[in-house]
Amino acid sequence: MDFNYLTIIIFLPLAGAAIIALVPGLSSRLIRYVAAIFTLVPLAISLGLFAAFDRSAGAEVFQFQEKVSWIPAINANYHLGVDGLSLPLVVLMALLGFLAVLISWKINLRVREYFAWLLLLETSILGVFVSLDLLLFFIFWEIEIIPMYFLISIWGAGRKEYSAMKYVLYTLFGGALILAGILGLYFTTDPHSLSMVDIAQTDLAPLVTSIPLAAIFFLLLAGFAVKLPIIPLHTWLPDAHTDAPTAVSVILAGTLIKMGGYAIIRICVTIFPQATQDYAPLLLTLAAVNVVYGAAVTLKQTDIKRLIAYSSISHMGFVLLGIFALSKVSLVGAGLQMFSHGIITGLLFAVAGIVMHNTKERNIAKLGGLARQMPAIAVIFTIAGLGAMGVPSTSGFTAEVTIFLGAFSSNVVSGVPIFTIICLLGILLAAAYILWLLQRVFFGPALAKFNHVIDADRLEKIYCAIFIALIFLVGLYPMILTDVIKTGIAPIAALFGG
Amino acid sequence: MSLGLEHYLVLSAALFSIGLYGALTKRSAVVILMSIELMLNATNIALVAFSRYIVPVLLTGQVFTIFSIVVAAAEATVGLAIIMAIYRSRETIDTTKIDLMKW
Amino acid sequence: METVIPNELVWLIFLLPLLSFAVISLILRPFFSNKPRLSGYISISAIFGSFILSIWALTSILSAPSHELAIPDFNWLVIDSAITIHLGLIMDSLTAVMLIVVTLVSLMIQMYSQGYMQGDPSYHRYYAYMSLFTASMLGLVMVDNLLIMFVFWELVGLCSYLLIGFWFHRPAAANAAKKAFIVTRIGDFGFLAAILLLLSKTGTLDIAQLHSLAIAGTLAGTVLTLAAIGIFLGAVGKSAQFPLHVWLPDAMEGPTPVSALIHAATMVAAGVFLVARMFPLFEHSEVALLTVAIIGGLTAIFAATMGLVMTDIKRVLAYSTISQLGYMMLGLGVGGIAIGIFHLFNHAFFKALLFLGAGSVSHATGTFDMRQMGGLRKVMPWTYATFLIASLSIAGIWPLAGFWSKDEILLSSINNQPILFYLAMVTVFMTAFYMFRVVFLTFGGQYRGDNSGSHSARPHESPSVMIMPMVVLAVLAVGSGWLNVTGGFSQFLGGGETRGFFEGLFHGFTHTLPGLPIPLAWISLILAGLGILLAYAIYSARWLSAERITRLFAPLHMLFSRKYWFDELYEHIIARIVLLKGLFAGLKFFDSRGIDGAVNGIARTTVATGRVIRKAQTGQLQLYGMFIILGVVAIILAMYLSG
Repeated sequence: MDFNYLTIIIFLPLAGAAIIALVPGLSSRLIRYVAAIFTLVPLAISLGLFAAFDRSAGAEVFQFQEKVSWIPAINANYHLGVDGLSLPLVVLMALLGFLAVLISWKINLRVREYFAWLLLLETSILGVFVSLDLLLFFIFWEIEIIPMYFLISIWGAGRKEYSAMKYVLYTLFGGALILAGILGLYFTTDPHSLSMVDIAQTDLAPLVTSIPLAAIFFLLLAGFAVKLPIIPLHTWLPDAHTDAPTAVSVILAGTLIKMGGYAIIRICVTIFPQATQDYAPLLLTLAAVNVVYGAAVTLKQTDIKRLIAYSSISHMGFVLLGIFALSKVSLVGAGLQMFSHGIITGLLFAVAGIVMHNTKERNIAKLGGLARQMPAIAVIFTIAGLGAMGVPSTSGFTAEVTIFLGAFSSNVVSGVPIFTIICLLGILLAAAYILWLLQRVFFGPALAKFNHVIDADRLEKIYCAIFIALIFLVGLYPMILTDVIKTGIAPIAALFGG
Repeated sequence: MSLGLEHYLVLSAALFSIGLYGALTKRSAVVILMSIELMLNATNIALVAFSRYIVPVLLTGQVFTIFSIVVAAAEATVGLAIIMAIYRSRETIDTTKIDLMKW
Repeated sequence: METVIPNELVWLIFLLPLLSFAVISLILRPFFSNKPRLSGYISISAIFGSFILSIWALTSILSAPSHELAIPDFNWLVIDSAITIHLGLIMDSLTAVMLIVVTLVSLMIQMYSQGYMQGDPSYHRYYAYMSLFTASMLGLVMVDNLLIMFVFWELVGLCSYLLIGFWFHRPAAANAAKKAFIVTRIGDFGFLAAILLLLSKTGTLDIAQLHSLAIAGTLAGTVLTLAAIGIFLGAVGKSAQFPLHVWLPDAMEGPTPVSALIHAATMVAAGVFLVARMFPLFEHSEVALLTVAIIGGLTAIFAATMGLVMTDIKRVLAYSTISQLGYMMLGLGVGGIAIGIFHLFNHAFFKALLFLGAGSVSHATGTFDMRQMGGLRKVMPWTYATFLIASLSIAGIWPLAGFWSKDEILLSSINNQPILFYLAMVTVFMTAFYMFRVVFLTFGGQYRGDNSGSHSARPHESPSVMIMPMVVLAVLAVGSGWLNVTGGFSQFLGGGETRGFFEGLFHGFTHTLPGLPIPLAWISLILAGLGILLAYAIYSARWLSAERITRLFAPLHMLFSRKYWFDELYEHIIARIVLLKGLFAGLKFFDSRGIDGAVNGIARTTVATGRVIRKAQTGQLQLYGMFIILGVVAIILAMYLSG
C-alpha cells in the first residue's frame, strides 16, 4: 500500500469543511463550489477503488488497508480497510455526499455552517464504513451525531428541535450500549484487542468473560438496532426524516441507517457466530415485524416525507431478514438491499423535497394532479416508486428477490421459509402505499392552486438522472455489485457453513 | 512568653473564619470579594508562619505567599471588573438578585 | 427463408420493441415533441420487424428436430455456486405460437391506434408504453428461466398499470390502474412464493430442468403441488380468474386499443401461457390440475353471468374475456397444452377484433354506453361486418375460429369432468346471448344517441387506418381455427391426432360420444343458436320485453349487475374497513401512542423528575459554600472521632 486512498477519501470532506468554516470572506456561491469539489474528489477516488478492487477468489478480504499505531497503551490502531461489504457503502456515501451538495444548492440560510456540517457528516459516516478498529469505529459513529443535530435543528422544518433532540438522545443511548459492548469485547480478548479483524479470527468461547458473550452480543446489537432501526427502537426515524432538510434526509435514509445494518454484519454476526445462530429466530421475527408492521403503518401516513420514512423501516426489515437468514445469498442480498435502498429512497426523498419546495405543501391529502404541472418530477417520482415497490429491472427488485431466494433456501436457521413468506407480504403492501402516494400526489385532475408550480430545473434533473441511472444499472446488471459484495460475504457465510 | 507557631495559626484561623463568614453571609458582592481577600491573607499568614518555624532556611512559604498575593491582586481586579459590569447592566450588586442562570 | 434463424436475430425479436421504447422516450419525446407521428412509425416498424422475425423463428422451429432451438444464455445473477440465474431464451413450439399471436395482434393494434389516438397530447407516451409492453410480453414468452419470466411478468403488469392509467387525470382511470396492479400482485405473491419453493427444493429455476425433474418424479408430492398452485395463483391474478377477477372490468378505463391488446389478447392470456409453460408440473399433480380446471370452469360461467347485464360495451367484452380465459384454463385443466393454447390463439384474434370494433363504435359515438347507441349498422358497415364475424366466432358458430377450439375444450371436459362440462355448455349459451345482445343493441334498431353532441354531429365510419387492421383480424377470426382442422396445430404443440382437411372440417359433426344422442358439436351449436335467437327476440324483434324479464329475475339481475358485490367486499369491507380503518389504523395508533408514547413518556418523566429535584439548586453560591463547609466540618469530625 503506497498511497493512503482511504484516509484521503474520508478526510477530504473534513478538509473542505475546515476551509468553508475557517477561510473568511467566501461567497455563498464559492462555498457551494468548494463543497462540491471536496465531495466530488472522494467520489472519484472511491469509484477508482471500486474498479481496482480485487474480486478474484483468492484475493485478500480487506483491501487498501492502512494501519498506524494510534494509542499503544490500549493497543488501539488507526486501522482502515474495505472489503466487499463496505466498499459499495463507501461508494454510496461518497456519491450521496456529492449529490447532497447538489440537492442543497438552493439552501440560503447560513450557508457556510450548513455545508461545513454536511461535509463533516460525510467524513464521519465514511469513517464508520472503513474503520477496522473498534475505538476508531466508535469515534466516527459518535461524531456523526453533532452535525446531524445542527443540520436538523437549524435547517429543518416542523418540530425540528424536538426531532433533533430525539435523534441525539436515541443515538447516544445506542452509542452507550455499543461502548459497553466494545469494552466487554476488549476485556474479553487476551491480549486486549480492539481490532475487528483479529477479534473475528479469535474463538471467544473458551475465553474468560466478565459478562456472558451473548450479553455483549445483545449490547452491540441493541446499539446498532437503534440505527437500522429495528422496531421498537424506530420512532426517532420518522421524526428525524420528516423534519430534516432534504439533503440530510437523503443521507439519513441513504447511508446513515445502513451503518446499523453494516455494523450488525461486521461486528455482531462476524464476531459472535454462535450467538447469532442461537438468536436468529428472534431476529427473524423482528425482521418480519419490521417489514409488515412498517408497511402497515406506512399506509396510514399523511405526510409525504413521513410516509417514505416509514417505508424505510419496512425495507430495512428485508435487510434484517437477509442478515439473519445467514445464507450466503441472503447476506449478499442484504448488502445489495442496503445499496439499493440507499439510491431508491435517496431519490424518493430528493424528489419529495422538490415537490415540497415547489408546492409549499407536504400533506398528501392536499396535493393532487401534479403530473400536469410537474411532468418531469412525476416521471422521476414514479421510477423511484417503482424501485421502492420492487418492480423488476430496478435495483429494488434485484435486491429483494436475492434476499428472498437466499433466505428461503437457507438451511442455517430453521423456519426461515415462514419468515420469508411473511416478508413477501411487504412487497404487496409496498405496492399499495406507493401507488396510493403516486395517485394522490400526481394523478387526478390538475388543481388550480398549483398552477404556478414549476417543474424540476436542470440541476435537479441532473442529480435525479444520476440516481435513476444507478437504479437501473444495479437492477439490470446486479453482478456489478454482487461480485464485489460476495467477496466480503464469503468468509462470513463460511462461519455458518455457507 | 515568646510568640510560637500556634499563635500565628490561631490568628490565621480566626482571620479565615471571619473571611469565610463574610463570604457566605454578605449580600454585597464587594464585601464578598473583600472577605475572600481576607481568607487569602489568612492563608498567607499561615504559609509564612509554617515556613518560618519549620523550614527557616528555605523561604518556600514566603515565595508561595508572594505568588498568592499576585494572584489575589489579579483576582481582585477581575472580580471587581465583573462586579462593575454587572452593576452597569443590572444596577445592583446584591448577589441574591443576580440569578439569571437560576432555573 | 430456408435457413434457420440466427441466435442474434432471435434476441432481436424482443429487443426491437425495447429499442423503440428507448428511442421514443429518450430521443423523440424530449426533442421531437412536435412530431408525434414519428413515434408511431418507429414503434410500428419495430413490431413489424419482430413479426417478420417471429415468422422466421416459427418456420425454423417447424423444421427443427423436436421443434426446439437452443439459444445460449448469459449470466444474470451468479453468486459463486450458491445461486445461478441465467438469462436465456427457450424457442419451442409454444413460444413460437405466442410470438406470432403477440407480434401480429400488437402490430394490428398499433396500426389501429394511429387513428384512435390521433391528436392525443400524449401520443409519444402512448407509443412508448405500447413498445415497452410488447417488448416485455415477448420477453415473457421467450425466456427460459422462471425468475426472469417473473421479471417480464411484472413488467407487463407495470405496462398494464401505466396504460390503464394513461389518462391519469381521470380519477377513475387512476383508481383502476392502482387496483389492477395491486390485485394482480396478490397473485404474483403466490408466483414468487412458488419460485422460492422451487429454488430451495431443486436448486434451479431453469424451466427445462424443472420440467425434466417433474417428469422424472424427483420433484413430486406436496412440494410439487404447492409450487404448481403457487404458480397458478400468479396466473389467476394475471388472467383475472375468480376470485381475483375484479380488476379487469375496471381496467377498461384505459384507451380501447390497450384493452384490446393487453386486457384481451395478450397480457391476460399470459396466465394461461404460464400454466401451459409449466404444464409438466401441473400434469404430475392431480390436485393442481383439478384446481386449474375447476377455477377455469367456474370463472367461465361466473363471468358470463355478469356479462349478461352490463350496459357498457367494453365491460361486456371484459367479462367475456374473463369467461373465455376461464375456458382456456378449463381446457388446460382437462385437456392439455394444445387445447388451452389453441383457444388462446383463436381468442386473441376475435377478442382483439371485438375491442377494436367497440373502439371504432365509441370513436363514432363518443360513448361506450350501449343505451346511447343503436342503428350503427348502416353508418358503419365495415365495423358492423367485422364485429359480427367476431361475435359469431366467439359464440362458436361453425366454421369460424371459436367453434374449433371451444369444441375441443368441451370434448375434453365431457370425458374428464362432467360437471364442468355442463357449466361450460351453459356458458356457451350465455356467451352467444350476451354477444348478440351487444350486436343488436349497438348496430340494430335506431340510433338512440344524442345527435346534438359536441363529439360529432352524426356517427360516422372510422378512418381506413382503423378499418384495415380490423379486416385483417376478421380474416383471422374466421380462419385461425382451421389451422387445427387437420390436427397440425395440436401436434405442433405436442398432442392431438392428424386428419385430412375435409375429414377434419366436419369431424365434430361425425364424432359421437358414448351416452350422447347426437354429436356434441350439434348440441353446442344448438345452444349457441338458441342464445342468438333469444337475443334477437329481446333486443331486435322485441317479442319479449327486456324490462319485464329484468323484473322477473330482479334478484338475479341485481346480483349480476352489482357483480356479486365483490368490489364492495374487497374494496370496502376488506381493504377499507378491516385493513385501513381497522388493523392498520390500530397499528398506527399503537406506533404513535404506544411505542412513541413510551419514548416520550420516558422523556417526560425525566424532565418532571428534574423539575422537582432542581429546586435544591438555589443558585445561591453562598448557600452552596455553607453546605461545603458543613460537609468539610462533618468529614473532619468524623475522622477525628473515628481516630
